[in-house]
Amino acid sequence: MLASISRRGILAIYAVIIIVPITVVLFGSFKSTQELFEGPFSLPQSLAPDNFAEVIGGQDLGSSFLNSVIVTGISVPVTLFIASLAGYAVARLRGFASWAIFGFLVLGMAIPAQANMVPLYVLFGRIGLLDNLTGLIVANVVSTLPIAVFILGGFMRTLPKELYEACSIDGTGPWRTYVSIALPLSAPSIAAAAIFLFVIHWNELLYPLLFIQSPGNRTLPLALLSFQGEFQTNYPLLFAGVILASLPVVVAYVFLQRYFVAGITAGASKG
Amino acid sequence: MSTHTGTAAKRKAPDSTTEAASKKRRSPTRVNPALYLFPLPAVAIIAFFLVMPTLQAFQYAVTDWNGFSAAFNYVGVDNFVRAFTKDSLFTNALTNNLKFVLLVVIAQTVFSLLLALLLVKNSRGNVVLRALFFFPTILSSVSVAFIWKFIYDPNFGLANSALGAIGLEGLQGSYLGNNSQALYWVAVTQVWFHAGQMMVVYIAGLQAIPRELYEAAEMDGANKWQQFKSITWPFVAPATSIVVAYTTVQSFKAFDLILGIAGNPPKGSLDILSTRIYSTFANSEFGYAAAQSIIFMGMIALVTWLQRRLLRLTPKGE
Repeated sequence: MLASISRRGILAIYAVIIIVPITVVLFGSFKSTQELFEGPFSLPQSLAPDNFAEVIGGQDLGSSFLNSVIVTGISVPVTLFIASLAGYAVARLRGFASWAIFGFLVLGMAIPAQANMVPLYVLFGRIGLLDNLTGLIVANVVSTLPIAVFILGGFMRTLPKELYEACSIDGTGPWRTYVSIALPLSAPSIAAAAIFLFVIHWNELLYPLLFIQSPGNRTLPLALLSFQGEFQTNYPLLFAGVILASLPVVVAYVFLQRYFVAGITAGASKG
Repeated sequence: MSTHTGTAAKRKAPDSTTEAASKKRRSPTRVNPALYLFPLPAVAIIAFFLVMPTLQAFQYAVTDWNGFSAAFNYVGVDNFVRAFTKDSLFTNALTNNLKFVLLVVIAQTVFSLLLALLLVKNSRGNVVLRALFFFPTILSSVSVAFIWKFIYDPNFGLANSALGAIGLEGLQGSYLGNNSQALYWVAVTQVWFHAGQMMVVYIAGLQAIPRELYEAAEMDGANKWQQFKSITWPFVAPATSIVVAYTTVQSFKAFDLILGIAGNPPKGSLDILSTRIYSTFANSEFGYAAAQSIIFMGMIALVTWLQRRLLRLTPKGE
């Protein structure tokens, strides 16, 4: 009895600690600074989207949003495609070759992005990838390819080898087998990896901070970070930015929650 | 590689049997050489953009290159000596980082296990609460930083308003403004951010424990604590090793959260290794920044290794 009360107590308190701040941010994004400070928990007096208009138009978060959409929209499928090709080969090759390729690709998970950022910056400077969206896409693909190969290759290895062998006896080439057998059967793990990559790429801050100079090429997290200095305590504006930056991920979470948990947990279990 | 989530473990078993079976039959088909083309793009990208720059970091680390001029000198291990003995900014960031990792690893592991134990049953209410507790993980670090900046705001913030509302003005503080406490408050934020994610890892581990073990223990008259100590804890060891290792790397890299909550560059009491490396880089000391990033990599490896030794969490068989 006592245990059940304290169980409920802990869960209720933690639920409040998550719900209340998020509600305050949501309501606060429609308030003026004064209104927020006077009653942070109260409903907003009006739903006029003044703060959103200011951040999207006035602070140009609209173009940052578009940049984020472009970068994420390209880097997620490109990463998935390249990783699934590698994962497929790893699943079909045997012995040392399979092991060596998988090991080489997955080893990159052990290298934190801050470890090679200086040489990467120099390299990007030489090949013209600084201060443009292409550079961000390349950086995203590089940094998440190991984990994507880990998730997809790990899954494709569990598909029964007989499937592939049957195809190759029928004379079906490796490419057709990849397209018509391996990809469709791996759909659940591709979906989980896609969600995982989407969250990482959408929220990525280090690479934009390193590579982007022009305000017009900022992605959302970088644009938000620049608010930090400019609007120290203009919380309603910061909140409107937070809502805008979080909206796509939150909408996806509501509809695809199962894949989120699977994908982000698969990402977490990297060794 | 340790894949200890429930589903991965379940998939493992049939996999090894089919592998054994196909080996026995000495499959008649040969590997099509075209298959070697498939991993080429990935291998080329990793070699050129990840392996090469990482090796170059070692090369840069022994120079005083500033990133622009063609001329530079080889300085041997001077950069490393400087970091540990002459650069109080770096040693401060190192100390902060180790403290931060220790705090977050302990708090996050304990708390996420507690949440998982409370929500392990698949009841409807539990599923809803899991989804809620997982939610902060999907937000961007900068968003989380802004939310908590407001919670901690000494004048208008949520924490102080809430304390005032329930008559506990005495407990009001200045949080991030208080240099001796700031790091602890960011650690709280980090746990709020990711405990739900680790909870999911633990739930998968807990659900794989056979029910019968608890029933047998109960018949033997073991109390809840004894059951936890001799069944639950040893059985979730693989999950614990994932949670501890992941949380360690995550809190070493809490770069975005620190910059979002403390600004760029952060003040001394909130400077950690990754933010320090970035500041050194932004200061055009490329050689020195590379040396710092090698120390950073080494620290992650060292701490991860120490944890494995201390906790004896090396999972069986892998």
